[in-house]
Amino acid sequence: MSLPIYVQGAWFLGAALFIFGLKGMSSPASARKGIVIAGYGMLIAIAATFLIPGLKNLALMAVALAVGGAAAWISGQKVKMTDMPQMVAIYNGMGGGAAAAIAAIEFARGDTHSTVTTILAVVGALIGAVSFTGSCIAWAKLQGVLKKAYRLPAQNTINVLLALNAIGLGAAMVVMAPAKPELILFFFAVSLVLGLIVTLPIGGADMPVVISLFNAFTGLAVGFEGYVLGNPALIIAGIVVGAAGTLLTQLMAKAMNRPLTNILFTPMVASGPGEAISGSMKEVGAIDAAAMMRYASKVIIVPGYGMAVAHAQHKVWEMTSILEEAGVEVKFAIHPVAGRMPGHMNVLLAEAGVPYDKIFDLEEINGEFGQADVALIIGANDVVNPSARTDKASPIYGMPILNADQAQNVIVIKRGKGTGYSGVENALFYTDNCRMLYGDAQPMAGEIIQHLKAMG
Amino acid sequence: MDGLLALYIFMLAAFTGYEIIAKVPVILHTPLMSGSNFIHGVVVVGAMIALGNADTVLEQAIGFFAVALGAANAAGGYVVTERMLGMFKKKEA
Repeated sequence: MSLPIYVQGAWFLGAALFIFGLKGMSSPASARKGIVIAGYGMLIAIAATFLIPGLKNLALMAVALAVGGAAAWISGQKVKMTDMPQMVAIYNGMGGGAAAAIAAIEFARGDTHSTVTTILAVVGALIGAVSFTGSCIAWAKLQGVLKKAYRLPAQNTINVLLALNAIGLGAAMVVMAPAKPELILFFFAVSLVLGLIVTLPIGGADMPVVISLFNAFTGLAVGFEGYVLGNPALIIAGIVVGAAGTLLTQLMAKAMNRPLTNILFTPMVASGPGEAISGSMKEVGAIDAAAMMRYASKVIIVPGYGMAVAHAQHKVWEMTSILEEAGVEVKFAIHPVAGRMPGHMNVLLAEAGVPYDKIFDLEEINGEFGQADVALIIGANDVVNPSARTDKASPIYGMPILNADQAQNVIVIKRGKGTGYSGVENALFYTDNCRMLYGDAQPMAGEIIQHLKAMG
Repeated sequence: MDGLLALYIFMLAAFTGYEIIAKVPVILHTPLMSGSNFIHGVVVVGAMIALGNADTVLEQAIGFFAVALGAANAAGGYVVTERMLGMFKKKEA
């Protein structure tokens, strides 16, 4: 199909704007402009597609665009900042589903003529379908619809068998092209189930990596289907996202010191009793915690998923402002995998109004804990566990942590005495300079604010 | 499309994606994941082409599904990313 020059030109422009837009997003100052530029690219690409001569089903197309677009636009406007990760997951899953559906149409029409085209269509369909169901599970887990991790007996074996099965069916489709409808149906069914089964046993703390991985998957699927359709704009956008997403996934997995294969194939479990921890947990009241921070000269706050769950970011910022007015220097330390997505904490703090020059990465701030009078840990656990440095038996051994234990005093706001996601006891909580403040982060921050105000 | 030409596009696009991400500060990782999620929403264009060539009812149904999903990917990805990035501002508290 040869297309008119204005359609080709518009797609070219769209692809260029995508790359400019992504580039813009690489710095906080120009990031907003970046997404707007990419948005124009998208509008141009969609508008031009309507102008392709001889296109059928235009009314149906307009309705589908309106329904899908409006539903997502409205849900995207409504969603709370804390619920962002699952929204990204579900939109991403939809893209994967769309890529798989495109392949399904091409197979149904028998439109994949060369072997290379068929192979890429099959591969795109497989990873698109996995990304679709996998992302839906990721959404359900983070949304709290699915509460626990379901593990089948011999989970890893089943994963591998299913994957081999899907690949085998895909290969059969290439060899026997054009494939029979039964084979196509079976191939999609197995691919969709594969996405489900692989994602079900993965726990909440690993979700950022998994969402990022599925994001990369969808990108690749889109790129491959772009080749099948002979559309360079799809190839460029898809492969750029596929490569960027793969790198991002690796950065995240590295930050957790967990190879990707570990996340996908073995759940995190304590591999033994680990080093005995001596000492006991010591409780502290909100009033004492307030006093410790009020008369400190430097406080470093370490937020974690607990802060997100409790929606405590606004209270935390209010508390920070009061402390700063009293002359206390306050900084925020963010572990790369705190929360449910990389940079999740940054987004939440930004929502509450914390300027981004108060927020520091692990490498930037780790040297400063030694000079801090108080390290306030809000709903974080594994990312400050000193066992990661010393205890070789610990499943989190080797993970870079925030050195909160080096602060003069450590205050931990935590809902209960339980362990963190990894199931490991946190040696930090038993150290002499550590005090536990039990309760939900939001009311606790509120109480501290009351006491701070009373102190003037 | 010429297979070899497509291979070159694949390679260059992969390097571009790698380079863009390699320099991004951690603070932007979440919006960037969301932003790249928006960009692969361009799959809606492919879905439109597929639906535009659909003849049977089955093809039309799958095509409708594909366009709706693709549109949701693009629209949702945009809104969410724009909202997140809109919150990044320098000190003015």
